[in-house]
Formats: sequence, structure tokens, C-alpha cells
Amino acid sequence: MAVANGTRVNGTQATAAETSDTDPDDTDLDDTEPAGPVPIVVVDDLHVVYRVYGAGGDKGTAATALMRVIKRQRRPSIREVHAIRGISFVANHGDAVGIIGRNGSGKSTLLQAIAGLLPPEQGCVYSSGQAALLGVNAALLDDLTGERNVVLGCLAMGMTPQEVKERFQSIVDFSGVGSFIDYPMRTYSSGMAQRLRFSIASAKNHEILMIDEALATGDANFRAKSHDRIVQMRKEAGTVFLVAHNLTEIEASCNRVIWLEKGKIMRQGYDVPAIVDAYLVATGGEPRKRDKPADNEHDATG
Amino acid sequence: MRERARDQGGPGTLTDELVVPDVDPSTLAGEPLAELAARYHLRASSARSGPLSYARQLWERRHFILGFATARNIAMYTEARLGQLWQVLTPLLNAAVYYLIFGVILGTNRGVPNFIGFLITGIFIFNFTQRACITTSRVMPDSLPLIRALPFPRACLPIGYVIIELEQLGMALIVLTVIVLGTGEPLTWYWLLAIPVLLLQSVFNIGMGLFLARLGAGADDFSQLIPFLVRTWMYTSGVMYSIQTISTLRHHPTISYLLQINPAAVYITLVRNAILETQRVAAPGSKPFNARLCDLYYHSKQVNLSAYCHATITTSQLWMFAAAWAVVALVAGFFFFWEAETRYGRG
Repeated sequence: MAVANGTRVNGTQATAAETSDTDPDDTDLDDTEPAGPVPIVVVDDLHVVYRVYGAGGDKGTAATALMRVIKRQRRPSIREVHAIRGISFVANHGDAVGIIGRNGSGKSTLLQAIAGLLPPEQGCVYSSGQAALLGVNAALLDDLTGERNVVLGCLAMGMTPQEVKERFQSIVDFSGVGSFIDYPMRTYSSGMAQRLRFSIASAKNHEILMIDEALATGDANFRAKSHDRIVQMRKEAGTVFLVAHNLTEIEASCNRVIWLEKGKIMRQGYDVPAIVDAYLVATGGEPRKRDKPADNEHDATG
Repeated sequence: MRERARDQGGPGTLTDELVVPDVDPSTLAGEPLAELAARYHLRASSARSGPLSYARQLWERRHFILGFATARNIAMYTEARLGQLWQVLTPLLNAAVYYLIFGVILGTNRGVPNFIGFLITGIFIFNFTQRACITTSRVMPDSLPLIRALPFPRACLPIGYVIIELEQLGMALIVLTVIVLGTGEPLTWYWLLAIPVLLLQSVFNIGMGLFLARLGAGADDFSQLIPFLVRTWMYTSGVMYSIQTISTLRHHPTISYLLQINPAAVYITLVRNAILETQRVAAPGSKPFNARLCDLYYHSKQVNLSAYCHATITTSQLWMFAAAWAVVALVAGFFFFWEAETRYGRG
């Protein structure tokens, strides 16, 4: 799939840009390939190694720390984790890429590397613009009210005060936090906080929006709304990356899926149901039954 | 079904047998990926924008910086019953503590006229730089969630923290004015000279803040150390004594000179000369040199006689140093911070 896609990029390079302008992206999620692929994110043989502080192996007293300094030893509690071991792919304009894999397979690390937050050890990530990453722990400023968080978040993304004023109400309405907008964000439930964060981050059209389990705790109503928003973003501008353990969400929102295993790509392509099924089988499950309406309950692991 | 659901997320046993295929990057497109990226004008995410465009981005986010500072300032006291009143109470209590120790308990003027006004001015002005240094050395780790959530030039954060301290200083200045007038100092046009000094000091603090923010973004050891470094700086900057007229430094002109050109001492001295008339008239060099009267100053307690001694450093030199420190700190801090721009999210 990827190889075929690549050759097409090469073959249609002259008309690629025009095609995507004249022929709007098909919103049909089972579509196999966008019409004229324009690369937005190119990941070239990416390796990410990061250091973990505070891993085990130290008694943690001042005396042991002193001995270590005297003996000129490295801290045993600093360990290196080779999280991404050579990943290459090309994400095109209009793609919504679902990333699946077991815990610890490198999904979140991959997103952070694409966003430029984790410097690559080897290889490179090329992108058309700054990526916005929405993560589980992406708290804004907890002590401030939701209202101030909306304003500051929008200003941080580069909106003018005038634009913020215009969009403020629609952001608050979309998040559905209601009268809680006047309360400090630390009083929010995790679902409310995530809803507000998603509303803020999606208020601006990012060329690349990455969502890392950020919708996991939203309620059914908000999931439906945010699904529509993701589809709309795909249409309007760029590329969406979605990490979720909820495979229903991946199938509903993404036209393409990457299956990571041990920091490498196990399978990837535009045939989402087939790859999801293969993933389920490999992890000891059975292929999903798709003739009845998708049921969140069976897959919701958070 | 429940079993299966758990398997999706957890490390199953079966997957250990999975063989992960190695993909040759060159097969993805008909050309090396780097060339494909270049053809579509994609930027490497580890590349940072040039210093000029970075400065322009910062300017575009000025509303964010100001909004961030004001919001943090308001949030700082939301947990307290007295609320924003603490913005005034904190400097007031600060002044009271130092008055108690140096004015009442030690009861010494150390050869300085209007010692209370001299001391409180020094404390408040130094506090601005001190707080800016301490908070900016913690800003990057403290703001990690924000850094990982939204893309914006990271220098907004340390600059915002310095603005927070500037807003706090505003309150402290009102308290300072009341105290200084209360000690019998006249309100003169010289007071306006404090404004450019404080502006230069703010620029200097922003430069220091950018510098310390990058240092503090790395190992935590540094932010543990910074309060001690700053306190040492306070004791060498003539906050509680006058470097120019202290008798222990009389025969060590080099040390005296070095202490007096240190940025904190420069800004403190200039503000003192602006708002304290007693300082202005007693400053060494403000009257023609007279060896006998100068000697008398060091042997008697006649504080105003210090005016007849040689000035180690003149007022115009002080202004020159004030501007130079601000420019040097800002330029060096900016480039130092900018160099690591893409790495702050690492934590």
C-alpha cells in the first residue's frame, strides 16, 4: 500500500498540488487513497532515545549519592530507552492517521517526535508546520479559570485578541463545560478538562493536529461532536494523528492506520478494518464483527 | 469479550512471537525521503527558525505574554483569604522585617544617611531581580504541560515571568514611595530618573531570565542551587551597606570597583540616587575632593562628609554600565535560550 502510494506521488508530482485543490478530499472514511497526495509529514528512518530519571537501582539516600559522585559513577537511575527504532512513513494532506499498538510500543513517543518535542537520535521528521499535540496530561494552567485558559490558549496559538473575542463563545459552547467556565480548571473533572482542551486546540486550523488519547474520557455526546470536528479538520486543512486504544474511534475517524510494535511499524496502510483485525488477532483477540453498529463498550480500555 | 478488551492495551504473551518487518525507507517513495520533503518545502522539526524571525514571533505573541503574566499574578493569591491585598502586604512585611533587624535591633546606620530609606530601597530593587532569577530558573519544568500542549515560542514563558515580577514591583514601589516620603525625603524631579533605571533593570532581568530558564530546563540541581547564588549576590551588592563608603573597602579600590559595577549594585545605586536626596548629596564625588574631610568621614560618624571622598565610579559611568548590562544580558540571554528552542519539551 505504502509503496504504491509512494510511486504515485512520484508519478503525479507536477499536478499533485492542483489536484488536491480542485478535487476536495473525499470524506468517505473507507476511501483507500486521497486523490492527489501532498506530503505534510515525512518521517525518515526515525530513532528516538530518551533518558528516564529516577528508575530503580538506588537506595536514594544522601550517602549513596555522595559515594556515587566520589566514585565518578553515572547515576544508575538514569536509563536510556530506545523507544522508536527506525520508522519511516509519509502522511499526506487530508490523512487522518490512526496509530495503534500495545502499551509501550512507542505511539506517544512517535507523536512527540513529530511535534518536535523529542529530538531524534537518528533520522529526521519533516513537516509543513508546527504540529499541535493534545495529550492526556496536557493541562493548561490549572489555577486559572476555564475562561482565562481559553483566552490564553488562543493567544498562545497566535490569534489576535480580536479573533479570540470572536471565537470565545463558540469554543465554550463546543466544550460544553457550561457554567464551569468561570471556575478554576483544577476543579474540573478529567473529562471536562479534556473537552475544554480539545475545544481550544481545535479552534484554530492546525496543519497538523495530534490527539493522544485526549478523547478517552469524553462522554458519548462529546465523542460524536469531536469526531465531526476531526472529519472537518481533515477536509479543511491538514493531517490528523490519533492515538487511541479505542479501536471503534480509530475506525470511525481515520482513513489510514499505523500499527506500531516495539518501536517499529508492524503494518500500515489505508485498509483500516483489515489492519485493526490483524492487530486484534495478534494480541489474542478475534476479528471485530462489523455487521452490527459499533459498540464502544467492548473496546473502551482508556 | 472482557478478556479481549484488556488484551488490546496490555502486553499480551502472543505478541512476543510477532516478527516486526524491517522497512527500507528508500522503498516508500521513488526517491530518498529527504528529497521528497525538500521538494514539498517541508521543514525538519528539529530545525529552529532564525533569530530574527524568532524575535518577530515573540513580538506577535506579546498579547499572550501580557495575558499570561496578568493571569498568573491574579491566580497567585486566589487561595488566600486576603486575596490581592497580599500584593501590597508582602513588600510591606518585607520592609518591616528588615526595619526590625537593622533599624531597631542592630540600630546601626553604618555611615549611611537615612539608613531606613537606603535599606528599603535596596531590598525592593534587589528583590525584583532576585525573584525574577528564582522563578525563571523553574519556569521550564513548571510549564512542561503547557509546552507539550501548544506550539508557541518558548521564550514567552521566562519573559512572562519577569513581567509578573514587574507587576509585583509596581505594588512594591507604591509602598516604597510612602516609606521614603515618611523618612523625610523630599519629592523632587529627580524621582523621574527611577523610571529609566527600572526599565533597564527589567531588560536586564529578561536577559537573565532567558539565560537561567535554559539552565533550569536541564538538570534540577541548578534550580536547587540558584537561591544560594542569589543570596550571595545580595550580600555583595550593597543592599544593606554602602559599597562606596564602607571603611573595610577603603584600601581595596579594585574590589570596591568590581562590586560597584555589578549589575544589581548599579541599578540599586541609581534608584537610590534618584529618590533619596540624602544619598545624592552624600555620594562620594558629589563635592570637590577634600582629603582632610574625607579622612574625617572614616573616623567620625559625620555621614555627609563622604561627599568629599573620591568616587570610585561616577554617576555617568553608572548609567553607562546600567545600559551596557541590560543590552549584554538581553542579547546573550536571547541567543542562549533560542539555541535550545526545540529541546525544551523534552523535560
